[in-house]
Amino acid sequence: MEQWLPKLPIALWVDDFVNWLTTNLEVAFDGVTIILESVVEGMVAGFGFIPSYIFIILLTLIAWKVSNKGIGLFTLIGLFLVDNLGYWEPMLETLALVLTAVFISILLGIPMGIWASQKQMVKNVVVPVLDFMQTMPAFVYLIPAIFFFNIGVVPGVVASVIFAMPPTIRLTILGIQQVPADIIEATEAFGSTTSQRLLKVQLPLAMPTIMAGINQSIMLALSMVVIASMVGAPGLGADVYRAVTQIQIGRGFEAGLSIVVIAIILDRITQNIGKSKKQGGTF
Amino acid sequence: MTSNPIKIKVQNVTKVFGKSKKAIQLLNEGETKNAILKKTGATVGVSKASFEVKAGEIFVIMGLSGSGKSTLVRMINRLIDPSIGEVFIDGEDIVKMNKEQLREVRRKKISMVFQKFALLPHRTILENVEYGLEVQGIQKETRSQQAMDALKLVGLEGYEHQYPKQLSGGMQQRVGLARALANDSDILLMDEAFSALDPLIRKDMQDELLDLQSSMKKTIVFITHDLDEALRIGDRIALMKDGVIVQIGTPEEILMNPSNDYVERFVEDVDLSKVLTAGHVMKRAETVSIEKGPRVALQIMKDLGISSIYVVDKKKTLLGAITAAEANQAIENRQGLTDILKEEVTTVSPDTLLTDLFDKVSTASIPVAVVDETNRLKGILVRGAVIGALAGNNQDINQIHTAKSEAAAGQLGKEVKITWNNGSRNSQ
Repeated sequence: MEQWLPKLPIALWVDDFVNWLTTNLEVAFDGVTIILESVVEGMVAGFGFIPSYIFIILLTLIAWKVSNKGIGLFTLIGLFLVDNLGYWEPMLETLALVLTAVFISILLGIPMGIWASQKQMVKNVVVPVLDFMQTMPAFVYLIPAIFFFNIGVVPGVVASVIFAMPPTIRLTILGIQQVPADIIEATEAFGSTTSQRLLKVQLPLAMPTIMAGINQSIMLALSMVVIASMVGAPGLGADVYRAVTQIQIGRGFEAGLSIVVIAIILDRITQNIGKSKKQGGTF
Repeated sequence: MTSNPIKIKVQNVTKVFGKSKKAIQLLNEGETKNAILKKTGATVGVSKASFEVKAGEIFVIMGLSGSGKSTLVRMINRLIDPSIGEVFIDGEDIVKMNKEQLREVRRKKISMVFQKFALLPHRTILENVEYGLEVQGIQKETRSQQAMDALKLVGLEGYEHQYPKQLSGGMQQRVGLARALANDSDILLMDEAFSALDPLIRKDMQDELLDLQSSMKKTIVFITHDLDEALRIGDRIALMKDGVIVQIGTPEEILMNPSNDYVERFVEDVDLSKVLTAGHVMKRAETVSIEKGPRVALQIMKDLGISSIYVVDKKKTLLGAITAAEANQAIENRQGLTDILKEEVTTVSPDTLLTDLFDKVSTASIPVAVVDETNRLKGILVRGAVIGALAGNNQDINQIHTAKSEAAAGQLGKEVKITWNNGSRNSQ
């Protein structure tokens, strides 16, 4: 092929940019690393402090209350199985990683979604960035993540956040923008301020959609646990990864099954949180 | 009524969606809506609309869909910003107001009722009605009390803890109305408020609105595409087509003197019996004073060629009727008028619609008497004249003559004062 245009040095630019970030923002990255590490480790220690059978009963009751008897029963049997197979500790580590990643996704994603829903300009910038975050292969940002945050659970959390946050933002935008125009008109006509409109009308009406976004974020964060284990994040993902590299099919299946159990429990519980409130009301 | 201050004044208001500068220029050069759309791609929503609404008046803006009526009403509270023009509320131009001032006007002076109710589905009926007060920061107890009062007004007591979804369409719109009333603002904008309801409920709601209006005296701007609705509730009607106000006038004026072919086609299918009243078709009543004798009464009847006559006192209060035969007998028996007076006569009030008096007119043996609330005789209903009026024969319709002559004098569009009619609605 004729080189009528010299090859763009994008790779070089990115390398330079990452180098610049590592040297200039070291303090900030270290701070983030310390905070995230202590959050995840604190959570694991906290969960670990509770005896497994009490933990199982607690989660079973929550699942039953929020959802139904069937899900409660599934939680009981599923968690008992995980404990029985000897994956309790890794399961807690995975749970802590996922919950931390989702918590950060919500913390950043919902305000971002609200902002983008109010200003078309912001939305025009945010949406392509979200596309980029979701489609860029995770391995690509895993490598710089190691530079910034070292090996361990933190790059895993960061990678999970990047991959899991987009649905929360997207569905927050969608939920707010799909509030019927005549309802918005009515709130305007009665002289609401922007924040009154947002807090009293748009957010409550968008809640089921936002909850669906959070549910999606949880599922995506769970799907990242194996990839996160490649940069040293502990948990069920690490067991799967080890089994793959050592071709231990049975052990791989056990660890994978444990991930499925956690996934289903978290999915069913979060799916029903939005619905269980206000039966006479919204949707 | 006549001295009521002007509450809303819309002056030369234009709304163009799209590239407005070029379009407004073309509009000023007299181009039509379609020509402007072709040349610039901009849509003219409302073109140079001007009207005034007096305090306590129900002003109906009527037109087919796409005529710009919904855009026009939204410019009164600036849900849509006019491209050019002024909108005065109590003498203040709201187009020039900043956000805070506008919010204050929306909170205190103007309330709105929407076609599709626009209730908040996640809030109870009470919380919905409270909304306008809540955003003003009014205390929970005070606003609940005010909201409950509003709910009582629209007959929804006991539903306050339900959710909108649990109510029927008619009830939901009552909530919408209560929400607008709770603010106690002077001006009520109603955008096709009853159009989503089925015909029977719609009629009930219209009656109820008129009923509420008679005690509350709000200034109401009512949008509709339904001519019958406009005629039923409007004190005055503005007819719109393609963003332009074609004619403004009382229902009678619009019906009897359509200003152009468009209005004429619009109104030709109207059932006149539901618009014209006894006052419109009554004839001058021939009377005889109670102090006169039967001979005088008989002489009057003979002169006029009629077979019966109404008897009144000095103040024209209706006392009864006598027939020629009865008068003859009284003369023979040397009796006075009081002795032969038949006191039970059929009467109607001047604002009874024709449709409601067919029965009385057809069964009465003598022409039905039209009396006011103090029982004073205003006129009589002659069958021929009633039928003539229904056929659209203007000679049989009283007040229209004045309307017509004033229209001829170039005054159409301003209110024509019809004395008995102005007071009648409020006295119901």
